[in-house]
Amino acid sequence: MSYRKRLRFMSLRARILAVATVFALGAVAIAQAQPQSGIVRPTTEPSNPSAQLGAQLFAGNCSSCHGISGSGIASPRPGAGGIPGAGPPLQRVGASAPDFYLRTGYMPLASIHDQPAPDRVLFSDNEIRSLVAYVASLGPGPAIPHPAPASGSLSDGLHLFTEHCAGCHQGLARGGFVTGALVPPLQGVTATEIAEAVRIGPYLMPRFSQKQISDSQLNSIIRYVLWTRHPSDRGGWGIGNLGPIPEGLVTWWIALPLLVVACVLLGKRFGR
Amino acid sequence: MTDPVQDPVRFIDERTAGAALLRRGLRYLFPDHWSFLLGEVALYSFIVLIGTGIYLALFFDPSTAKTVYHGPYTPLDGQTMSAAFKSVVDISFAYKAGLLIRQTHHWAADVFVASMVIHLTRVFFTGAFRKPRELTWIIGLLMLFTAFLEGYLGYSLVDDLLSGMGLAIGYGVGLSIPVIGGPMTLSLFGAPFPGKPELWSRMYIAHVLLIPILLAVLITIHLALVMARHHTQFRQSRRHTERRIVGVPLFPGQTPRSLALVFFVAAVLFLLGGLVQINPIWQWGPFEPWLGTNGAQPDWYLGWLIGALRLMPSFDLTIGHFTLVPNPFWGGALFPLVVLGLLAAFPWIERRLTGDRTTHNLLDRPRDAPNRTAFGVAFLTWVFLIFAFGAADRIFVLLGLSYNTQLYIFRIGIWVVPLALFFGVRRVCRELQTSDRIEEVREQAEHEAEEDRGAVAGAPAQPAG
Repeated sequence: MSYRKRLRFMSLRARILAVATVFALGAVAIAQAQPQSGIVRPTTEPSNPSAQLGAQLFAGNCSSCHGISGSGIASPRPGAGGIPGAGPPLQRVGASAPDFYLRTGYMPLASIHDQPAPDRVLFSDNEIRSLVAYVASLGPGPAIPHPAPASGSLSDGLHLFTEHCAGCHQGLARGGFVTGALVPPLQGVTATEIAEAVRIGPYLMPRFSQKQISDSQLNSIIRYVLWTRHPSDRGGWGIGNLGPIPEGLVTWWIALPLLVVACVLLGKRFGR
Repeated sequence: MTDPVQDPVRFIDERTAGAALLRRGLRYLFPDHWSFLLGEVALYSFIVLIGTGIYLALFFDPSTAKTVYHGPYTPLDGQTMSAAFKSVVDISFAYKAGLLIRQTHHWAADVFVASMVIHLTRVFFTGAFRKPRELTWIIGLLMLFTAFLEGYLGYSLVDDLLSGMGLAIGYGVGLSIPVIGGPMTLSLFGAPFPGKPELWSRMYIAHVLLIPILLAVLITIHLALVMARHHTQFRQSRRHTERRIVGVPLFPGQTPRSLALVFFVAAVLFLLGGLVQINPIWQWGPFEPWLGTNGAQPDWYLGWLIGALRLMPSFDLTIGHFTLVPNPFWGGALFPLVVLGLLAAFPWIERRLTGDRTTHNLLDRPRDAPNRTAFGVAFLTWVFLIFAFGAADRIFVLLGLSYNTQLYIFRIGIWVVPLALFFGVRRVCRELQTSDRIEEVREQAEHEAEEDRGAVAGAPAQPAG
């Protein structure tokens, strides 16, 4: 390569670097200009949960989408901080739904186009209780359920889960994909959250009535879901309880390399 | 006087005249290179499959009769299931070493096919399929595709949630084959899905008798053809030529190698069977047509078909309201046929393109045939990317890359990446060839220089006059 050519090559690289730097700086500037997505809190926060604190938190953090006093917003329009919102009314949801959405970190949502996903929980326990109390005070609705998984049957749970839930959540509740949504794995959820989700039907999940799944059946399902954290891996290393994908990985990345190494060693002539 | 060794041997030889054949067999020369052992790995996995399979057949009940489970595995207690499923749960929980043997059987199946694929790539990239070994190549491909079917039947027989869903997909693909698909699939299943109980006897007899015998026959022909036309060999030294075989005799040279490999393959498979869980059917539970699980997958060797079914755009061949070819045909039937057809025809395609009709006993290194190597890499990548898309839902859960984004990336990537690789690999091969030639010239020059120096140094020593 001639000296001139090399010089040109270097300058091209330098140019690319310069353009990349400009873009990176631009991205930082744009990020800086975005409104802060942090939680708005009253300056002096009481240490006990109260519907009053809930109302304050609601006005600051939820009303841009859910409307003043939880009346809901039908079509997207800019709310607090200029964030466009379109949220359902919360006047008849009771305590169960806000408890579920806040404890799972599904709410508040960064963008209305996002699927609510298990995320960092942004409110303290005190604040969640307050918000739940406030939303529950807006109208009649179901209370936070108190499931008793210990009274359920594991065998019934397995069967019911396969019938009602595994089609989306996978047989061992490892989650997956359905058209339009990511189905969360359920190893990190609590009994109360499961009971709430079944009755609420968050996001794309259908809502199951008492007729479809009775409370005692629900207890069995919850018992089964909690069991899937540590299912019976009698066969040894469970490789994630995901079925053939990890099995194929073990075949190609553990068994085959071992066997190829054996072939290489056996193919060698030693002592030469 | 009687001799306890000589006499029986003479007895057998006098009645079979086998000594000459045996002597020839024992003197058969094996090429001295590790890559020739990959096919043996497949063979020994097959032997493990037969051994473990016989044990499982002692306990397996191929019946769809409904029964209620009451056994040591409490999470299934009181559930209604088929006798087939129950017998496999019992193999896993109640019979001695049942789970070990069952898991070893399943790992052996996964490894059997994987080692066949590795063996196939070795044969492909070294040009071992060329004249006079095209038939060996074809038989090998038939074995590979027969093994796919054998494995599919094996895990379908268990009648757990995954096998039922797999059968449903197989049924759908079967129906989609134009003209013959409907009658063929319906006569196999006996009735619309899930079919009649006879399906289980059919799958069972195919899995434990017909296909193993077919595989054994194909293996025998494959090995007989290898021996008849002899192994290929690499050009490891000047002594290795097209006409002279250099290698290790079956006995004593190759025998300890092969024996060691038998034990190693068995050890790896049994270790996996004992330590790593495979197809925990007690966790999936029994199948009913209205039950299903998200993320259901076939065993890895059919993953490329699931990938193709998922990747294929929604397109049916229709005339008016009449569907000539429904969608599952493209990914589930046409795609594997194209792969099989291309591979099977490859020796002839290459011959047509290169005009090389001669016999080849010496192997190419991949760089020696840049076009073949480049095509092979591109082709394998094409199949691999389609295979990888079969796991797109799990990639979404793990990495957060949305399914639709992956769909578009893969729909373009499966064409662009192999094409780019084709030209890249061909370039690399040619560069390697060039560097080989430079090296050759340099060595020759050094050799000549050394000779010259020797001649100069030797000159004064010669007696003058």
